[in-house]
Amino acid sequence: MSPSVAVLDYGSGNLHSAQRALERAGAVVTVTADRDTVLAADGLVVPGVGAFAAVMDGLRAVKGGELIGRRLAGGRPVLGICVGMQVMFDHGVEHDVDTEGLAQWPGVVDQLHADVLPHMGWNTVDVPADSRLFSGIADQRFYFVHSYAARSWTLHTDGRTAEPLVTWSEHGERFVAAVENGPLTATQFHPEKSGDAGIALLENWLRTL
Amino acid sequence: MSVAVRVIPCLDVDAGRVVKGVNFKDLRDAGDPVELAARYNSEGADELVFLDITASSGDRSTTYDIVTRTAEQVFIPLTVGGGVRSVADVDALLRSGADKVGVNTAAISDPELLNAIADRFGVQVLVLSIDARRCQEGTTTESGFEVTTHGGRRGTGIDALQWAVEAADRGAGEILLNSMDADGTKAGYDLPLIELVRANVSIPIIASGGAGKLADFAPAVEAGADAVLAASVLHFGELGIADIKRSLTDAGCVVR
Repeated sequence: MSPSVAVLDYGSGNLHSAQRALERAGAVVTVTADRDTVLAADGLVVPGVGAFAAVMDGLRAVKGGELIGRRLAGGRPVLGICVGMQVMFDHGVEHDVDTEGLAQWPGVVDQLHADVLPHMGWNTVDVPADSRLFSGIADQRFYFVHSYAARSWTLHTDGRTAEPLVTWSEHGERFVAAVENGPLTATQFHPEKSGDAGIALLENWLRTL
Repeated sequence: MSVAVRVIPCLDVDAGRVVKGVNFKDLRDAGDPVELAARYNSEGADELVFLDITASSGDRSTTYDIVTRTAEQVFIPLTVGGGVRSVADVDALLRSGADKVGVNTAAISDPELLNAIADRFGVQVLVLSIDARRCQEGTTTESGFEVTTHGGRRGTGIDALQWAVEAADRGAGEILLNSMDADGTKAGYDLPLIELVRANVSIPIIASGGAGKLADFAPAVEAGADAVLAASVLHFGELGIADIKRSLTDAGCVVR
């Protein structure tokens, strides 16, 4: 049976491209902020474009942080995309504005040091060996549009739970391109705009639901 | 590991049809933008640009429909420009399925529009399109280039370089730099213009105007372009996207 996916509707701009790509990948998709639907879906996708602070405001208005936290506490899969990934960290700093994130992961999202920003276009990724998300597509390029990123990763488990799988990319410097951490998965790039490779990645994620 | 040079086909759309010639073999309807977009996507286009040249505002809904139908089928970034005058226009295009919106003339008369769009939707949606040419008799600017309107027919006296810098400060995420001197010549991109803007702004630059042969693309990248736009040479089937990418690779550029 096709997995059901809720795309969290909190006023972010690119909800429908995420919806269309997930449908192409085989999901039955609802764009919604309805609590019961969000909690009941096999998977929840948290898209996000624009400013970190604006995304947090939008999430707060629909109690998005609480819904994401409830799902994760129950081991229910969540996929954050672009700023939807960035808000999973402790905080984000944009133009000297420091905004609290959802704090699922320790660390900060701040500006990349690169000659040309935004980092806009198709880039390669450095994928860890055990990745399921990038199974069969680790050699592909994915579409990025962002100026801010997690430039370090500090969460390590002590062996009681699986170590998070961190995929890196580089634009001026190294940054986190994707994370697979139990039920919480996230990509800095836009799988919904990454052509066939992006659809394949979404199919990989749907297979984990 | 580095970001690839993007090769971007540009389609001029008038009341729902692609205008300027299009010459793909075995294409059922050469004038259908959705079909063409899918075709370019399968050939390896990294993004697509639709330039809406519809004269009548009453036909705008046709454009929105095309954007929607394209975005349903083609999962690469889609920029739509032409006649964008307000935040509401941007909102309507994004809701239709555009990922980025190109703004040109309206921002010249109202630069605050750039701030308003970037503040509302983020810099990543905002492509500032500049039609630049060398100053002609009677006009001087510091950089020697001025901004034009009406397809290059009217000068504004505004310094094209200063405008690029100002637009980046106001929140443009990218500049589509169209040389009206090179446009239509097929004699190559306007390298001095690209070099000048590259030296002064740090947002991505899409080079536009002048592409005529495979050897034209790599020099634009060497001059500082992050992406190369092409229209007629692609539509008439003179050059293919794969050929362009091969020529870029041979010249040492990174492509997808």
